[in-house]
Amino acid sequence: MATESSAKKVAPRVEMPCQPPAERRHNFKEVALGYNGDMAATEASRCLQCKRPTCVKGCPVEVPIRDFIREVAAGNVERAYEIIRTANSLPAVCGRVCPQENQCEGKCILKAKGEAIAIGRLERFVADTHLAACAAAPDSCPAETSESHAKGRVACIGSGPASLTCAGICAAAGLEVDVYEALHEAGGVLVYGIPAFRLPKDVVAAEIAGLRELGVRFHLNHVGGRTVDVAELRKSHDAVFIGVGAGLPIFLGVPGENLVGVFSANEYLTRINLGRGYDFPEHDTPPFPGKHVTVFGAGNVAMDAARTALRMGAESVHIVYRRTRAEMPARAEEIEHAAEEGVQFALLSAPLRFNGDEQLRLKSVTLQKMELGEPDASGRRRPVPVEGAVEDLETDLAIVALGTRSNPILLDATPDLARTERGYIQADPETGETSIPNVFAGGDIVTGAATVILAMGAGRKAAQEIVRRLGGK
Amino acid sequence: MPTPILRKERLIPGKTSKLVLHAPEIAAKARPGHFVMLRMSPEGERIPLTIADTDPSRGEITIVYLVLGKSTALLEALDAGDSILDVCGPLGRPTKIEKVGTVICVGGGTGIAAMHHIAKGHARAGNHVVAVIGAREKSLLLFEKELMGFVNELVVCTDDGSYGRKGLVTEPLKERLEAGGVGEVVAVGPVPMMAAVADVTRPFGVATTVSLNPIMVDGIGMCGACRVSVGGKTKFACVDGPEFDGHQVDFPELRRRLAAFREQEAESYDRYRKEQPHGN
Repeated sequence: MATESSAKKVAPRVEMPCQPPAERRHNFKEVALGYNGDMAATEASRCLQCKRPTCVKGCPVEVPIRDFIREVAAGNVERAYEIIRTANSLPAVCGRVCPQENQCEGKCILKAKGEAIAIGRLERFVADTHLAACAAAPDSCPAETSESHAKGRVACIGSGPASLTCAGICAAAGLEVDVYEALHEAGGVLVYGIPAFRLPKDVVAAEIAGLRELGVRFHLNHVGGRTVDVAELRKSHDAVFIGVGAGLPIFLGVPGENLVGVFSANEYLTRINLGRGYDFPEHDTPPFPGKHVTVFGAGNVAMDAARTALRMGAESVHIVYRRTRAEMPARAEEIEHAAEEGVQFALLSAPLRFNGDEQLRLKSVTLQKMELGEPDASGRRRPVPVEGAVEDLETDLAIVALGTRSNPILLDATPDLARTERGYIQADPETGETSIPNVFAGGDIVTGAATVILAMGAGRKAAQEIVRRLGGK
Repeated sequence: MPTPILRKERLIPGKTSKLVLHAPEIAAKARPGHFVMLRMSPEGERIPLTIADTDPSRGEITIVYLVLGKSTALLEALDAGDSILDVCGPLGRPTKIEKVGTVICVGGGTGIAAMHHIAKGHARAGNHVVAVIGAREKSLLLFEKELMGFVNELVVCTDDGSYGRKGLVTEPLKERLEAGGVGEVVAVGPVPMMAAVADVTRPFGVATTVSLNPIMVDGIGMCGACRVSVGGKTKFACVDGPEFDGHQVDFPELRRRLAAFREQEAESYDRYRKEQPHGN
């Protein structure tokens, strides 16, 4: 039987149309354009509808993937949406930014026989179709509520993926939810971090509007630990969820790092995404112009920064990385998209120092060439310097994308909150509860910088526990 | 929710005003040294301003600004009864206020307003507060009356001698240091003034606190725009400051970093002024 099925030809996955690279490198419109109904139905019909689906095991929030795909194949998109929403509060977001190849799609049986079912693309199709229908006829989209009997008030600090997920589940269960966001716009990293060409801001706004419909109250310009603190929220609410994200950017620690022209990826992207710097001077937040851009790091944020710099008109953009392309932590798709658009890779190169002029403006970076030696603790081959191989690369805008460490604001204001050795919040892996009873935490402030979907998984776990404690099912 | 402006006092017409805002949550928690982030319009940028005073019982905070570009011009265009779109705070670390005896608080230009709040904190802690304030000319002096209400000594300097002593704030500061018995010096004002104050106090070995005003984007420790070199180490003014040991701050670097967006700021402000019917 095994021989028989493996001999059976599996149809290839339906490609998703994209803006051509030469065009998209000049605009902030979404790169991937999404399936139409026919494409979605064809792709969905490739699904084997496994009795025991393995894909769900790869999903941090356990979306009933097989069931929603069955409905897409049958043309019942709204039913598919309802199924996704039982587990995922932000499907339009997840369909776009989840690393599906390592999660659900990585566990798909079809992968062994050819190409995994395009779960992310289908999820996006379902969510977008639903949001478009709601926008066209708002009355046809009543807010969802459950049969829960939970009663009480929940405060969520931060409004990124972890908090939004927690808020959505709690509100759907009938709890009163207040979300406190430090910035002037809700969405956290979805708004300030991920560029519009990967995640259009109206998609985020639509998801947040959906939460408002559920009764979630958003309090903008409220900094957890400053404007409101955990002790106060414990008095006014039955449970508190902390999802404030990681925060403080890490720099390289090389000379010249404070020259004018050296930015953290957080600053570069926040100016352009949250501040709409791509629309300067119609919007007031100025972006920093760079002709020759260098980006340090090779994760998804580095790719976002590099691709953003191209769109801002850079003549050249180099990703500078001390290992090789094979070791880059970014999603394969992001690296490919960046390369297609014209991002260049200065591999096996580590910055030694930034060089500036007398005005302290960045002019170049001195790079140490590396080669791969023996594997290190992470199993990847350790980059070692090639003696004497040092060169200068011209650059007037350097973007450091090395990740973040924990933001001290809320932690310093809440000294009784137990922390891990790395300075993040200690939380029960099963419930998300912290050392303070009925105070939960999840997302980057617990794990360190990770993905949107892992943060959502943590928000969901905490929400389920909160709902249970407050008398829900 | 937008923050209502209760009162507006034009201190230097068209240039500097004092706004009293109804912001009870911020007023309840703000301490001397704290700042707020503001945004004036849906297309606007976020800017930091140090809190100049608070009245927690009435839920009020006071801010004072100098019109330098489009964002502060938008603020100046507002009046009592209007609201500021976004006000967020209190941010930063509060001033470390201890009983040290005599504290000299030096303020220059708009910095006098921010210094006023710190000086008040020192007076409340029982310190003997000497305020030294300076401006180019008499009409540009701020907060003299407010300071007189609680400081023990007040020295006023103007560059042109139109009021008080003629000369820079560093001269009376040096004389006072030579007289001895000074526990701490606080300086808030333009970068060259703070650098000069630090240079004057250094030989005396008197602890000197400066309140820095680097460019900020979020103001909550996310971006590092506000990084300053202090004693050779990189600090974030928004979460580690904005107050630092003046003897350790790299002022030339701060000045260059403050000018990073000068061209865009000028472009933005020029456009704004051309759009105004009467040309501000």
